[in-house]
Amino acid sequence: MHISLLKVTTLFYLVGALLYLYFIITLHERGARLGRMFLLIGVILHAAGFVARYFAAGYTPITNLFESLSFFAMAIVGVFLLTELRYNLRILGSFIAPLAFVFSIFAAFLPGEVARLAPALNSYWLPVHVILLFIGDAVFAIAFGAGIMYLLQEKEVKRKRLGAIFKRLPSLEVLDEINYKSLTIGFPLLTLGIITGSIWAEYAWGSYWSWDPKETWSLITWLLYAALLHGRLTVGWRGRKAAILAILGFCAVLFTFLGVNLLLPGLHTYSSLSG
Amino acid sequence: MGSIVIVGLNHRSAPVEIRERLAFPADTIGHALRGLVEREGIAEGVILSTCNRVEVCVLADESYKGTKAVKEFLSSHHGIPLPEVNEYLYHHEGEQAVKHLFRVSSSLDSMVLGEPQILGQVKDAYGYAAEFRTIGPILEKFFTKAFSVAKRVRTETKVASSAVSVSYAAVELARKIFGSLKDKTVMLIGAGEMCELAARHLLSAGVKGIMVTNRTFERAVKLAEEFDGMPVRFDELLSHLKMADIILSSTGAPHFILSRPEVEEVIRIRKNRPMFFIDMAVPRDVDPDANQIDNVYVYDIDDLNNVIETNIEERQKEAARAEEIVAAEVLGFSRWLEAQQVTPTIVMLRKKFEEVKNAEVAKAVAMLGAEDPKAKRVVEALASAILNKVLHPPIAALKKDPEGRNLMELVATVREIFDLPTSGPQSPPAGQPKEGERVE
Repeated sequence: MHISLLKVTTLFYLVGALLYLYFIITLHERGARLGRMFLLIGVILHAAGFVARYFAAGYTPITNLFESLSFFAMAIVGVFLLTELRYNLRILGSFIAPLAFVFSIFAAFLPGEVARLAPALNSYWLPVHVILLFIGDAVFAIAFGAGIMYLLQEKEVKRKRLGAIFKRLPSLEVLDEINYKSLTIGFPLLTLGIITGSIWAEYAWGSYWSWDPKETWSLITWLLYAALLHGRLTVGWRGRKAAILAILGFCAVLFTFLGVNLLLPGLHTYSSLSG
Repeated sequence: MGSIVIVGLNHRSAPVEIRERLAFPADTIGHALRGLVEREGIAEGVILSTCNRVEVCVLADESYKGTKAVKEFLSSHHGIPLPEVNEYLYHHEGEQAVKHLFRVSSSLDSMVLGEPQILGQVKDAYGYAAEFRTIGPILEKFFTKAFSVAKRVRTETKVASSAVSVSYAAVELARKIFGSLKDKTVMLIGAGEMCELAARHLLSAGVKGIMVTNRTFERAVKLAEEFDGMPVRFDELLSHLKMADIILSSTGAPHFILSRPEVEEVIRIRKNRPMFFIDMAVPRDVDPDANQIDNVYVYDIDDLNNVIETNIEERQKEAARAEEIVAAEVLGFSRWLEAQQVTPTIVMLRKKFEEVKNAEVAKAVAMLGAEDPKAKRVVEALASAILNKVLHPPIAALKKDPEGRNLMELVATVREIFDLPTSGPQSPPAGQPKEGERVE
């Protein structure tokens, strides 16, 4: 039951994404309103599926690639809906909803059967470590979307040809503010996620840090966001520079999550395609 | 019943010297409206008078006479002989008049396509007519429809969506750079008309404060007073620049007054908080290279002109879509208007023949001998049967779906050949039958 529930949410995210794309093209309010409705229903069903799977499996279902991609999609949609509530920034949905859909459909093509939990993962640290990181990553996904929007809008204003993009995208200042807010929320989550992981590693593997590829790439990601936060606070990095760093940061997030899983075997191989 | 007629003049048909002579100042409009509807053959009237146009819209018994009556009214009300102004006047009747008002209200006939004021002015004109009770059910419905058409055009097309004046374009840009302007400060350098206009727009958009500087400090003080701002000495410009988010500049300086390195220095001190330079001076005041600095945006007068040119082009493209909406609405409203004419015509037609029949039946019965009830019934039945059969085709023709036919012409023909009164009984708009008559 929970598998089909998790997979059917893909459909809701697809319709939501299409409606948001329809909205950015035509600017018909109804597209955004319906799109938000579909995402909301999708995320509620998704959460229900997550809980159902938790009871069916007996552990927090974020242990393999299917589960974590699915959870990531849910986190992105959830964080987006909250952002939209705060900033009333519907156009952001045209960038974020397709992103969430991509993760969701990726998950939908993976085998969803509950597997026996690897003994090393049987720990209370599992939900804490993974959920912190995925929510942090979802917040960075928002910064990524806002970063792309910023670069598009900035190019439009600098080139002085004010066309369709100029009209549709919000002001540079709002996009930059989202960049900053995402950073102040996402960075602590990322930091805590790494710290809890490190503590758990000490229990499970006997060492806080073992330069496993996932750990290395987490550190690279962390350093990127740390540099951005530092630059913002001290020398006033903002705008274009901040947008580019947020985009790079999210690329690092994706590589840490997917690239490492699929390409670089290491201690964290629970969530590779085969696992 | 009758026909809708509009007589008027606008910025295209008449120069301002003529427009101002035929305008109706707000305080005389009540008097004018009453004078208008007192004229023979005019049932309802509305007068729209703005600086770009005068439109007199009436419901006339007959369109030709209505046009003539309105022209005479214009001439006599303003005390100008008609031949002097006749060439500047246009007139629209029936469906053309419907289309004209719909286009005017939707700002498709405006000097600046899509400008927003005209709808409010049409609403005011309607308000006056309602206040002085010169508007009746037909024009009431007509104007209400015009408002909803204008709203449709506004929401369904982008005819009014982007700025088409330099100063508005500057404000629109500022909004896209800064979002809210509430906590932003403006620096006004020099005194140019366009800069002052842009400053006024920015102030009404809610900027926090304004600094004014000028080579002659007295002028800066004077202008600062006007804007409720802070005067700054010209040689202190650079030190104050770091407080300014939006800089409006139009000095007569022969060279740049702000170089790229100077702007780079200011933006560094500001910790990269964005700056928007609007350079309206020719020759330019701000080095255009400064636009390449991150978080600095420099627009000169040509850039702004390009922006509004594209906006104007876009409006014109959108206007074609708006015209389609108007055309569809004109068709819909004309149908309604026609229906208003058809029902009373049928009523009058039946009434007239019923009268003839009743008179003839009475005569025949009298000749046959008044006491025979059977004879009376037979005669009555005969007359009614003939009447119904004869009247069926014309009534059916009037009621047929008007698709592709000119119903108004048909109504006029029927009225003429059966000698029905043109003004007819003042039937209510829904065309309810009176005195127990039946409409088939």
